[in-house]
Amino acid sequence: MSDMMKVSSNPHVRSKVTTSNIMMWVVISLLPAAGYGVYNFGVDALIILLISVASTVLTELIYEKCMHKPVTIGDYSAVVTGLLLGMNLPSTVPWWLPVIGGVFAILVVKMVFGGLGQNFMNPALGARCFLLISFPALMTNFVTDTYTGATPLAALKNGESVTVMDMIIGRTGGTIGETSMIAIVIGACILIMLGIIDLKIPGSYIVSFVIFLCLFGGHGIDPVYISAQLAGGGLMLGAFFMATDYVTSPITNRGKYIYGIFLGVMTGIFRCFGSSAEGVSYAIILGNLLVPLIERYTMPRAFGIRKEAKKA
Amino acid sequence: MARLTFVGGIHPYEGKELTKDKPIKTVLPKGDLVYPVSQHIGAPATPIVAVGDHVLTGQKIAEASGFVSAPVYATVSGTVKAIEPRRLATGGMSNSIIVENDEKYEEVEWPQVKSLEEMTAEEKVAAIREAGVVGMGGAGFPTAVKMAPKEPEKIEYVIANCSECEPYLTSDYRRMIEEPELVLSGLRVAVSIFPNARGILAVEDNKPDAIAKFKELTKDDQNISVKTLQTKYPQGAERMLIYACTGRKINSSMLPADAGCIVDNVDTLCAISRAVVEGKPLMERIVTITGDAVVDPCNYKVRIGTNYRELIDDAGGFVSTPAKIISGGPMMGFAVFDLDVPTTKTASALTCLSEDAVSEMAPSACINCGKCIEVCPGQIVPKTLADAVEHGDEATFLKEYGMECCECGCCSYICPARRQLTQLIKGMRKIQLANKKKK
Repeated sequence: MSDMMKVSSNPHVRSKVTTSNIMMWVVISLLPAAGYGVYNFGVDALIILLISVASTVLTELIYEKCMHKPVTIGDYSAVVTGLLLGMNLPSTVPWWLPVIGGVFAILVVKMVFGGLGQNFMNPALGARCFLLISFPALMTNFVTDTYTGATPLAALKNGESVTVMDMIIGRTGGTIGETSMIAIVIGACILIMLGIIDLKIPGSYIVSFVIFLCLFGGHGIDPVYISAQLAGGGLMLGAFFMATDYVTSPITNRGKYIYGIFLGVMTGIFRCFGSSAEGVSYAIILGNLLVPLIERYTMPRAFGIRKEAKKA
Repeated sequence: MARLTFVGGIHPYEGKELTKDKPIKTVLPKGDLVYPVSQHIGAPATPIVAVGDHVLTGQKIAEASGFVSAPVYATVSGTVKAIEPRRLATGGMSNSIIVENDEKYEEVEWPQVKSLEEMTAEEKVAAIREAGVVGMGGAGFPTAVKMAPKEPEKIEYVIANCSECEPYLTSDYRRMIEEPELVLSGLRVAVSIFPNARGILAVEDNKPDAIAKFKELTKDDQNISVKTLQTKYPQGAERMLIYACTGRKINSSMLPADAGCIVDNVDTLCAISRAVVEGKPLMERIVTITGDAVVDPCNYKVRIGTNYRELIDDAGGFVSTPAKIISGGPMMGFAVFDLDVPTTKTASALTCLSEDAVSEMAPSACINCGKCIEVCPGQIVPKTLADAVEHGDEATFLKEYGMECCECGCCSYICPARRQLTQLIKGMRKIQLANKKKK
């Protein structure tokens, strides 16, 4: 053997899971909720979703081409961002709104900070909040042919009664992807079974939110009110798909619980005491900003290191 | 309390089915034998033969040159051809004694040994030291040093590391199946060195037949227990093994003895038995020649010093040109760039893979998924450490317990972004250890 063999550091084998197939599974598990949205709101919803995905992917592609950087759209993270953004819009928005949102999400929130892994804020949520502030009327127009009233959460806030069963199945007004609790939970189960996400963040988020509602919601321990709050608005979509975004959530185990509890409490505050009925997006974005701090204070202690030995 | 497992770890493709049912085959060396004087951790041994000398099988050819050192023995009879630096499987060079095999296998006269009952603990340790026994699981730490802790009465457990968690390797497994009495004999000798010790055979649950054999053999022995551990890599890492067996945690700067434990690998125990019971030095070991690039993967009983190429030839050569040859298993082994290296006391396997996706793999950006933390048995944060290394930030590296890394490779294995986490951390650890030595 005259040729020398290739050498490299151990280990010499790798698991099959890569960034792009993780992202692909996230896309797949978002499809039930997105599909229900299309069923619920019609072709309009499908067009919004497609425009949104196309604009995020194209923005990433064009930016990387212009900046002479390696093209990374193959990791599907832009698709996830686009899909999530589309699912967070009402089906009634004009076509240019998801385009602006997509460009903002990728260019301002993600690429300017260094691309995948470097953004401190969930791009889809950053874009949604940007649109919510810039175009409040368009972003809260949930009146379609099928649904003419307020969203169930808004109705709940005004003291009107809601049908919890409709909210769980998704037969209500709202953004494209948030209405069906069942579809979202199905998708979340796929991710949990594949080990892509775990219940640390969503679990502590939802539990702390429920506790907050019981204490400060003004309805005491009222199962109907609490299940309506859980099924309504973006809570499920946020808890399972956006709060668990790897890049913008803490990496440490203890940090994940702290982050989840923070989100639960903030969502509770926004929903109970805020002027708007919804608060998930803002809560998660606020949480995103705290992640570096949470990580710094929750670094684990290595195996076999005792507390007193830490100083040395 | 025994946990029988540890936090973290991974389940890589085991690949053990290639060789697990292949009985151990004895091969005799054909070409020259190469005996590096540095087959262990510690001071290299000093050659005590000269070029041209005739040596016999079992003759000492290099003497231990310090407390932490081990002698080297000839494993064939023949003539010393040269004493020169030769390449080792780990990539470095070591001064080596090269013996031309006369294929007569004339043996030295074995010394008379006292029966086990008559020997004192010190005599047993001296016999182990004299036989050149080192940790044969891969570390190569002189066993006699391990067997002589400061306070022998505080040792409560001697753990036989029968987990063999490294993928592809079956050398320990075959030894347990074919010669369980020898393993047990070694464990009994080791236990008898310490006044208050009990023996534990720690076997992973993917080797049920080995567990059954050991249970059968030890059913009347109150002093030795068999523990079935969950199959998970790196269960055989010393600190993980101690935790799984006893629930005690030690950090990287502590010794197993600090937790009242002594851990020895299967082949090491066999060598201990040979040394103390029979008075014979460490001359052979079991080597698994495996991987999908080998025609007939097999387990071999090899005279230490035999060239790897001879073993590959005996296994039928290669199916196709292997893309990567690893001395050891795929998780912790060393990639070799040339087959022309000798087997040493610590050579447990040669894994030949026809595909090598790793050395040209392009790392991408970290997505902060936290999988490296989940799998790290040392409960450190590989991502942060690797970032610190990339930024040359030694302070953060040390503060976040970079030195606690056991280099098991779990983080690199699992990383979806394909970052070379283990490589980065390992490199920085080497620098830090070298700096420490300088001071």
